[in-house]
Amino acid sequence: MQKRSLVPILYIFFLMLPIYWLVAMSFKTTNEILSGFSLFPQTFTLEAYKTIFTDPTWYWGYINSILYVSINTVISITVALPAAYAFSRYRFLGDKQLFFWLLTNRMAPAAVFALPFFQLYSAVGIFDTHLAVALAHCLFNIPLAVWILEGFMGGVPKELDETAFVDGYSFPRFFVSIFIPTIKAGVGVAAFFCFMFSWVELLLAKTLTAVAAKPIAATMTKTASSAGYELGLLAAAGTLTIIPGAIVIYFVRNYIAKGFAMGRV
Amino acid sequence: MKTENQKAWFFVLPVLLLVAFNALIPMMTVVNYSVQETFGDNLFFWEGLGWFEQILRSDRFHAALGRQAMFTGLILIIEVPLGIAIALSMPRKGFWVPVCLVLMALPMLIPWNVVGAMWNIFALPDIGLLGYFLNHVLGINYDMTQDPVAAWVTIITMDVWHWTSLVVLLAYAGLVSIPDAYYQAAKIDGASNWSVFRFIQLPKMKNVLTIAILLRFMDSFNIYTEPFVLTGGGPGNSTTLLSIDLVKIALGQFDLGPAAAMSLIYFAITLLVSWLFYTLMTKDDLN
Repeated sequence: MQKRSLVPILYIFFLMLPIYWLVAMSFKTTNEILSGFSLFPQTFTLEAYKTIFTDPTWYWGYINSILYVSINTVISITVALPAAYAFSRYRFLGDKQLFFWLLTNRMAPAAVFALPFFQLYSAVGIFDTHLAVALAHCLFNIPLAVWILEGFMGGVPKELDETAFVDGYSFPRFFVSIFIPTIKAGVGVAAFFCFMFSWVELLLAKTLTAVAAKPIAATMTKTASSAGYELGLLAAAGTLTIIPGAIVIYFVRNYIAKGFAMGRV
Repeated sequence: MKTENQKAWFFVLPVLLLVAFNALIPMMTVVNYSVQETFGDNLFFWEGLGWFEQILRSDRFHAALGRQAMFTGLILIIEVPLGIAIALSMPRKGFWVPVCLVLMALPMLIPWNVVGAMWNIFALPDIGLLGYFLNHVLGINYDMTQDPVAAWVTIITMDVWHWTSLVVLLAYAGLVSIPDAYYQAAKIDGASNWSVFRFIQLPKMKNVLTIAILLRFMDSFNIYTEPFVLTGGGPGNSTTLLSIDLVKIALGQFDLGPAAAMSLIYFAITLLVSWLFYTLMTKDDLN
């Protein structure tokens, strides 16, 4: 053990503290939480989790969130792949301006868009559907996916394309059976980021849904305010929202550093 | 080299349509509101640039902008050096690398309102781990619902907890891309740790650090959910950042005109700062 490995260990310890507290609290009874401080759950209970898994308003929140996040990831990656290819291989009129404009959409505060989004999606008639949230999240996920994929594609030599065309591959066949498998790490990383940003965003998801497609995060805020102060239940619901992220991150663990650098190192 | 090909537009078209649908139509709605006055019942009157003038002169906007600038400034000053320091002390290879990276990335995958709720529970004065520790072990009088300083310390700590890992991961990606030969050459020349950092590691990290600072600037400047859930903008208005104030005006008071004008000014500031920063950071590459 070297002395300098103390720094990451201390940092990870700091990161885990609030998460530990959330998890510990989810196993405590409401009485125990409100009666005073205890570092470990004294009377270990699964009551809160039982409530979540048996009450449809709770578990449908999770299903809704996972649904719109998945739809969004599929749409974003599908349209971003050809666009990223165009940006990485060709010069065309207005390409730089278009790329910068795409990126500016990440800069607009979601709070600015909440009300107009509500009006737009009501007018189109898909308010309170999973598709509405999935489409709305495309605003910031597509530019990000294009950016990441373009970075990864830039690392693939152009000779690959040329050789394939000489060998008589048509463009669609080359793209699907050669090019996409070559950059599959990049696709995985881009999908991970789309999943992540769609999963953590709440403001738009909450604005665009009422009942049928309500995300888990909105169920939580409502419970926090209506049912008094059920901290145990809130903590259990919070703990469960960490799990999908943890699972997804496990799949991209070997590319994660490069992924965060958008393939640009 | 890239080849000139105007047909590439067809590849970009689906992206363009989807993003334009989501960006341009709502943006035009905002522009439309920003030049009109309404008294309800869907009646609108032409207001011209009045709202813009009113917002730019209002003390409330200046105060919110000041708090926002302080928040973004503080978290950048803390997160960027801290992130670089942690990345420098990480192992370069071996079993622990993916473990460290996954654990570090975990906070970024938690929904933002859960982050706020989690820190709220964590900081409760008598029953939260942090609150209990500060009040009863260290004996500091800490209650973020009463004391603006405590509220600020809490939201800054929360953001450091939430996002420092982004800087760590980016800086780390830059560091592992440096070939071993560079370090060997530095060793032969008898370079100090500082000069290795200054002349080898820092230049190699420049690209990724530009991305890190840009992303941290944009995201922290637009932050809404986490501080809103944690402090609700209080005590008083002490942690009412720009987004929180904007939502208060738009949805709380339903003053659509001023809120829309404020949105556009807000967006313009973010855009301008990002553009300036991006141009400054990439200026050397062009020459």
